[in-house]
Order: sequence, then structure tokens, then C-alpha cells
Amino acid sequence: METKTIANSNTIQKATERISGSEAIVRCLIEEGVKIIYGYPGGAIMPVYDELYKYQDKIHHVLTRHEQGATHAAQGFARISGDVGVAIATSGPGATNLITGIADAQIDSTPMVCITGQVPSHLLGSDAFQETDIVGISTPVTKWNCQVTNAADIPGAIAKAFFIAKSGRPGPVLVDITKDAQFEEFDFVYDRCEKIRSYNPIPKTEAGTLEQAAQLINNAKKPFIVWGQGVILSEAEEVFKALVEKAGIPAAWTILGASAIPTSHHLNVGMLGMHGNYAPNKLTNECDVLIAIGMRFDDRVTGDLSKYAKQAKVIHFEIDPAEINKNVKADVAVLGDAKSTLKAILPLINPNSHVEWHQQFKDLYEIEYHKVIKNDIHPTKEGLTMGEVIHEINLQSKGEAAIVTDVGQHQMIACRYADFNITKSNITSGGLGTMGFGLPAAIGAKMAAPEREVVSISGDGGYQMTIQELGTIFQQKAAVKVVVLNNEFLGMVRQWQQLFFDKRYASTEMINPDFIKIAEGYYLKARKVVKRADLKDAVKEMMESKAPYFLEVCVEKEGNVFPMVPSGASIADIRLE
Amino acid sequence: MSSNTKQLYTVSIYTENNIGLLNRISAIFQRRHINIESLNTSPSEIEGVSKFTVVVDVTEVDIQKIIGQIEKQVEVIKAYYHNLEDIIYQISGLFKIKSELLFEERQIQNIIKESNARIVTVNKDFFVLEKSGKKEEIMELYNKLSVFGIMQYTRSGLIAVTKEEMRISTLLQNYNH
Repeated sequence: METKTIANSNTIQKATERISGSEAIVRCLIEEGVKIIYGYPGGAIMPVYDELYKYQDKIHHVLTRHEQGATHAAQGFARISGDVGVAIATSGPGATNLITGIADAQIDSTPMVCITGQVPSHLLGSDAFQETDIVGISTPVTKWNCQVTNAADIPGAIAKAFFIAKSGRPGPVLVDITKDAQFEEFDFVYDRCEKIRSYNPIPKTEAGTLEQAAQLINNAKKPFIVWGQGVILSEAEEVFKALVEKAGIPAAWTILGASAIPTSHHLNVGMLGMHGNYAPNKLTNECDVLIAIGMRFDDRVTGDLSKYAKQAKVIHFEIDPAEINKNVKADVAVLGDAKSTLKAILPLINPNSHVEWHQQFKDLYEIEYHKVIKNDIHPTKEGLTMGEVIHEINLQSKGEAAIVTDVGQHQMIACRYADFNITKSNITSGGLGTMGFGLPAAIGAKMAAPEREVVSISGDGGYQMTIQELGTIFQQKAAVKVVVLNNEFLGMVRQWQQLFFDKRYASTEMINPDFIKIAEGYYLKARKVVKRADLKDAVKEMMESKAPYFLEVCVEKEGNVFPMVPSGASIADIRLE
Repeated sequence: MSSNTKQLYTVSIYTENNIGLLNRISAIFQRRHINIESLNTSPSEIEGVSKFTVVVDVTEVDIQKIIGQIEKQVEVIKAYYHNLEDIIYQISGLFKIKSELLFEERQIQNIIKESNARIVTVNKDFFVLEKSGKKEEIMELYNKLSVFGIMQYTRSGLIAVTKEEMRISTLLQNYNH
């Protein structure tokens, strides 16, 4: 690694110890406070596994059944704890199998450190066995990456990796370490990285912007807050809630922002975006001041940008300067970490309550309730709905479970109807939309927060993309509650085919295996529900189980998720049916 | 010029000297399907700091977003964009031509004189002309010479200094303290 980046300004001589590069890798992880890592061994990373064997009382290595599972587990770990998740793999296919999880972590700003083994440095570029240019491949989807070919560079690279992954807007990093560097001995000393000259993780809040923002908020007649994961990542939940309450402003969330304030909070007006709630979508185009906090105006949230909140002044609280004016032009950009900028603005905000404006949200909710919600969670038709399953889980978990979802209809339904009373409770693949994310992410979440109830909710499609992680659940005895909402379709794609492709159901019907037998094959307790009458009891049995539990619920085959903003349409054109 | 019309911009990127950074920076353009008109990397006025000079034909709205994405890279210290009026720039062209033409075609000698091109080397088979200037000047010389036949031709990336002060040194001092 030929970085001249950080001059090691720390000149105080620390005692060194002569150890191998591979032992140094494990020692670096211990120094960073890592206790659990997820991975899969192989040739180029074997020296590290040999050290993990020796240090198993300090670091618990979780053998996933696929490297992709290791990354999603590390993501789940990071999302529920706020700490850096760690995944480790060998060179070649081991490394390339990490890519989906890395890309997912990049777009969802999840702190993750990936360590890959690499062929010995003298073989680099020779098309050696299991050689792949993982630094080249991972470049567009990592916050930072590097290759290390000398043992002496390992501590510096790993220290940098953890600092970059966690600071500012978090993200995934990858450190690729050649096998000879793992074998080589050197004088080990570890200094945590606290600063990199070229890297400014938290931009300075520009003078006057807080005051301008406060003035706009104080003078607004119809202010509206849209918040994202930034609130959770900066652990700003408390001051955020204080701001919402003091200013009396209705607030809606992106799916990654969900749970920052409880679902039941009176000013929480619901979910934004394509399958979000009716009121916040409609009224985005009626507010006079739009206050965006830690969110990036993803196209699934905004719909057609040329018709998005054009009437409103926009205030954007954001840690990443590249997000300002990227999709929506900000009249006032408040740069910085949400926790500190919200703290700073709170005293400048006049207490207020926008009763009539808030009432508009309630009125539209009533319309949505009667047209959609009622039928989803209290259905009278014969087939079971996804919504009633989520509703039953709410009742029995008292809204305190962490809900880990996969991608598709069940995800939208879970985000819409789950009660989130505790922050960091909605763990889902938002930006990348990675089917197969849910099950392994739930394992990571449960291991990071064993005291919490973790419910993995998947569809029958995505579940089968990483179904082999049932083996990890069994081996780790991770008491994840695994729910599959089975409609025997790739439901979201089928819904689009129904609505926009004249019901031509191309390759969306699933002929499924016996999921119960598969779960039982992995020694999991398993139960299948096909009738409404059995749902309550089955969910109860699942929630009361101390061990991992698999619940399959056969839901109606052609249920649709509404409301819906058709792709490319304005959010104001949100459809209720 | 409206911020929605395309024009040539030079992007000056000050970076840590790091393997792989070129990949990271070019990926930002590639992802947005933007053609890089020219690219040059060199040491900068500051020791240990490299400078990329990239020329692209985009709108001002786009270039602002791209600068944001470039500065977001961990090992990028600072990036600036300028239009051609704000910089002093040069491009270099090299022309390899048969030596016999120099003696047989009197006009070539006039072209060399008029264009302020420099003869870098001459041997019995070929001679090499070097011309620095704006792209149009080099193209003009190319067009004149191509009538007689050019054995090889190549043009460098654009390099530039700004008319205004580039505040990179002060910035770095702040970082270092």
C-alpha cells in the first residue's frame, strides 16, 4: 500500500511485539473492540483463520453458509447496534461473493469492514488460482478500499478502515491482504486512526444557515418534516423528537428512517414514497416549508422530481455535502451531523402547533384507512393478508421487536404496518433492494442484540436466495424468528405485471418446496398457517419460543400493495387502488 | 451561459498519491456516462500531493454534482472546476513526419515558422514537430500538415493553472494543524 496519507504523528514510542501479519489482523480487530465477525474460510485467508482459532475466546467467528450471508449478517449487526460490522472472506469467489452486501451497505450507509485474503504478492496480476482484482471490483461500491502487501502496513490500513467506515456518513470499506503479508512477521503496534488529512467526515455548518432555517420554520404555515436514516445514524432520536414536538410539525419517514420516533407518536404521519402512506405523499406537494433531515431524496421517495414539492421552500439537514442539490434543490442547506445541528437549532424554534395543517393529514389517513388499511389488517375476505400477519406480530410483540425484512411486497407491508416503538428496529435493504438480505441480516441483528426479539420477515422468493443461512441459525443457536409470507409468487414483480404489463406473469410464479421440511431439516421448530383461525396461536407459539422458530404463512396469492405511486409519476398521483 | 448548457470544464483534483484513485475518479464519470475529453496526472505544487486535470463537456449543474462526488472520496483533498476563460492552459501536439518532405516541400518550412512549432529532432528518416497551445491551434497545424502526410500524431491532455488563486495550500495548512 503506497499511501502517503497519514503521517504517523503519534511519535510516542509504544512497545512493539513481533508477530505475523495474520495475528496482527486479529489483534487489530480486538483493539477495535470487535467481538463477533462473519465469514467463510478459504486458501488465501487461512493464516487468519489459524489465528482466529487461537483467539476464539476473544473473537467469535460465525461461519455463514455463503459469503453474501456474511456481509448481510455484518450489516444486520451494524444496523441494530450502530457499531461496525465485520465480514471476512478468501480471495477470488470468496471476495466477489461479498460484493452484493458491500453495495447494499454503500447505498444504505452501513458501517462495515470487509477483510479479504489475496494471492501472494509475487502472483498478483498472473491470473493465479483464486486471484481476482477485488480492489478494482469493489471500488465503485466502497467508501474506501486498499490492498496491503506488507505486514507492516496492516495495522495502519485496518485502523483507517474502521475510522472511515464509522465516521461521517458511514459506509463499507474493504482491505485486501496478500497471503505473504499474512505470513510475514513484523513489529506490531496499534494506533487507532482519528484523522485523515484529505477526509472531512463532518462538514462545518455554514454560518447563518441555522438562523435562516429557523426563520423559515418559524414563519411556516404548513411545515412538513421528512426524515431518513441520518437521524438514527447520528443517534439524534431524542433531540429530533424534541424538535418535532416543540415546532408541532407533522413528520414522515423514509423506510430507513423508520423507528427513529415511535410509530404511535401523534406527529408521526407515516411512510413516504412509492408504497408509503397517502397523506405524507399527497401533502408533500402542499406544504410551504419542507424540512428534510438525514435523507437523500431517493427516487422511490420523490417520484417525478419535476413535480416534487415545487411549491415549498426546502431546508436540508445533511452530513454529506454531495447530497445537497443532488436531487432536490435546497433553499437552505444545514450541513453537519444531525444530532449537533438539531441541538443547535432547537432553541431557535418557536413553540407551535399546526392544528389545521395536522388535521389535513388525519383526514387523508381516514381515507386511506377505509380504502386500504382496514382491508389489509382486518380483512374479511377468505385469504390471509400479509398485513394481518404483521398486525398480529405487533400485538404480540407490543411493537418492541426488531423487524428485519427482505425485499418485495412483504417488505412494503411490514414497513407500512409494523409498530416500531424502539429505534433501530427496521432493518431492511432500502437503496439496493437486495432480495436475500433479510434472513442473514436477522442473524447479525440477533447476535448483536440478543436481548431483543428479532423477527425476520421474508417472501417466498427472497427467502430462497439465502435460505442456506438456516444452517448458520442452527449452528449459532441464534434465536431468530423466521417468518415467510408465502404467496407462491415473486409478488412485487407480479403486481407490476398485473398493473403495467397486462397480467403477463412472466417467470414470477414460484413452485416452492416444502418449507416446513426444509426448516425441520435444519432442526428448527416449524409451523405452517393456512387458515386465519390459526394465525394468532401460531404467532404466540413463535414469540414465546426461546429457540429459533420458523413460521410459514400462506397468504393470498395475488394480493397487491397499495397505495402506490406509479413509477415515474408524481407523488401527488398516488393511487389508492 | 446558462447553467443547463454544456461547455468544457477543467476539473482540478488535488489528491493523496494513492494507487487506485484514478480508478475511483474515472468511475464517477463513467457511471454518469460522461466522456472524459482529456486527463492528466502530475505532481502538484505541494510535495506529496498529486493533481489530476480532467476536461469534460457537461452542464454547470452536472459539474457541481460531480465535484461533490469527487470530493467525497476519502483520498481527495479538494476539487475545483473552471471554465476555459478562468484558466491559462496548454495542450501539446507531437507530429512525426518524413524527413524528405522537409526538403522537398518548401511550404512545410513556412508552416512550421508560422505556427511557432518547434522541431524536436531530425534524422534521415523523419523529423518530429512539437506544438503547444490551444486545441484549435494544434488542430490547425494538423490540418495543414495532413495534406503532406503525417506518420504519427498525438495530442496531450490539457494542463492548466488558474487565473485566480487556488486556495489549496492554505487549506492543507489548516488540515495539518
